[in-house]
Amino acid sequence: MATTESVDIRKVAPNAAKAVGSTIQMNLGPQHPATHGTLRFKLEVSGETIVKCDPEIGFLHTGFEKLGEYRNYNQFVVITDRANYLSPLNNNIGFAIACEDLFGITVPPRGQYLRVIMAELSRLADHVVSVGLQAMDLGAFSAMLWTFIEREKLYDIFEAVTGARLTTSWTRVGGIFRDVPADFETLVRGFLAKFPALLDEIELMLSRNKIFMDRTVGVSALTKEQAVSYGVTGPVLRATGVPYDVRRAKPYLCYSDLKFDVPIRNEGDVYARYLVRMEEMRQSVRIVEQALDKLPDGPVNSVDHKVTLPPKEMVYWDMESLIHHFKIVMPGHGIKPPQNEIYSSTEAPNGELGFYIVSDGTGLPYRIRIRPPSFYNLATFPLQTQNGLLSDAVASLSSLNIIAGELDR
Amino acid sequence: MGIDFKALQETVKQRFGEQVLAWSEFRGQYGLHVKSGRIVEVLRFLRDDPATKFVMLTDVTCVDGLKLPETMEQGFPERFAVVYHLYSLEHNDRLRVKAFVPEDPCEIDSAAGLWAAANWGEREVFDLFGINFRGHPDLRRILMPANYEGHPLRKDYPLKGRGERDNFPKYTEIPEA
Repeated sequence: MATTESVDIRKVAPNAAKAVGSTIQMNLGPQHPATHGTLRFKLEVSGETIVKCDPEIGFLHTGFEKLGEYRNYNQFVVITDRANYLSPLNNNIGFAIACEDLFGITVPPRGQYLRVIMAELSRLADHVVSVGLQAMDLGAFSAMLWTFIEREKLYDIFEAVTGARLTTSWTRVGGIFRDVPADFETLVRGFLAKFPALLDEIELMLSRNKIFMDRTVGVSALTKEQAVSYGVTGPVLRATGVPYDVRRAKPYLCYSDLKFDVPIRNEGDVYARYLVRMEEMRQSVRIVEQALDKLPDGPVNSVDHKVTLPPKEMVYWDMESLIHHFKIVMPGHGIKPPQNEIYSSTEAPNGELGFYIVSDGTGLPYRIRIRPPSFYNLATFPLQTQNGLLSDAVASLSSLNIIAGELDR
Repeated sequence: MGIDFKALQETVKQRFGEQVLAWSEFRGQYGLHVKSGRIVEVLRFLRDDPATKFVMLTDVTCVDGLKLPETMEQGFPERFAVVYHLYSLEHNDRLRVKAFVPEDPCEIDSAAGLWAAANWGEREVFDLFGINFRGHPDLRRILMPANYEGHPLRKDYPLKGRGERDNFPKYTEIPEA
């Protein structure tokens, strides 16, 4: 018969006895697979409970904003690729929209619809991998493999359209650099036909999985007031019950013509963020299908050739087009915006991606500010992990989907 | 939906009189330019007033006016402008508040007591522009290393740095274990 007797910890483990009641310092990161990039957390733990968390970021600080002051508007598109490297297309499109707001030009309908399609496909690529990695961090390895297979298929479409899988640099001020290939619609429809089956399978595997739910339900919950005060946006904000989505609040491109729902949950915990992302993917599929049905013919670029390059054939035989081409590409000429400032934001997969541009009327921006969603989302991390378990911090971090590139810029 | 900015201009003028420098409007976006002296009161009013309810601080950033062209200098009375982008969930509208900060003393009151978002946002402005936020709970560098000197986003800071890459500390021989 098993008996229990009290053990004097001071005799059995004298060093451990000293630690009882005191806290120890430990590091999470900067080199740890669960930190999703290089960022470090200085943790003060008492046993397995986190007493204090101090995020240390900046390992990937590259000076994008400083660099932007020395690049013209079209050159900066390349830099936006590197900001959020899981969804570069959303950054390209967000920056192009900010420039077009500043210049006061509009893109023809076909250009707008193509941008919406690519933005939503990019959102699918970001969300699907985010969900996969969230599952992997909690021990479900297969979901990660399935989602990466789907992302490869999406990257094949991006490669066909933009010529690159990651550094897409697809947009230009006033449009995109070329129209999509002839088989674009077949490619996208072929992908959309099979994709929802994967979502069903992930839901079947995770949504009612006891281990997954034990690790996520009620973990790291944020309240509505906390999220709003911290400036949190995107799926993390919508998981707390605030229906704020830039696509709905301030519709840009042709989002006002398309039907979609903004999914919200009220719990604010890690599980709610997962559910919001899953539902958003279904809505994105809906948006892409509608946009493909409505996709109009016509030009993709603005016809204001003081801003967009004229077609190459025109440059060969039309004097005026040659002059426009020269003025746009030569240093010291370039495209000239009005002397003013603009803040323009779009809904990136992680939340509100804003660009604040101050122009002094020359071809180079005077100041470019990227408002990164990850930066303000990560600021809530000490609050979320306070008095939580160490293993919950990992779950919380993967649900925020922090991308170090845009976090540190 | 939407905020009546005409009425807001009147209210702000009555309440904060000499603090208001100008209002700007460009492509439907409004900007309020103020002196930095009573910035926290101005922001608190904008956050709490039922006609505005800017409950969300979308972003805090800064603009260095050192190399602005002459035509833009009148609208820029001091060297720095701390820029707050506010968003009202209830009215679905934005406002940009610009508070001008001189080069010396390079200080402004912190808004971290109003919005939690201002904590990290102001740390970044402190780090990259060197503006001191009075009353900030935790004013440390956030992106640059703690022992870094200088503020890289200032206009008098060269693009290629001040030789930090060339003078990076390195071992000339293998140290003893």
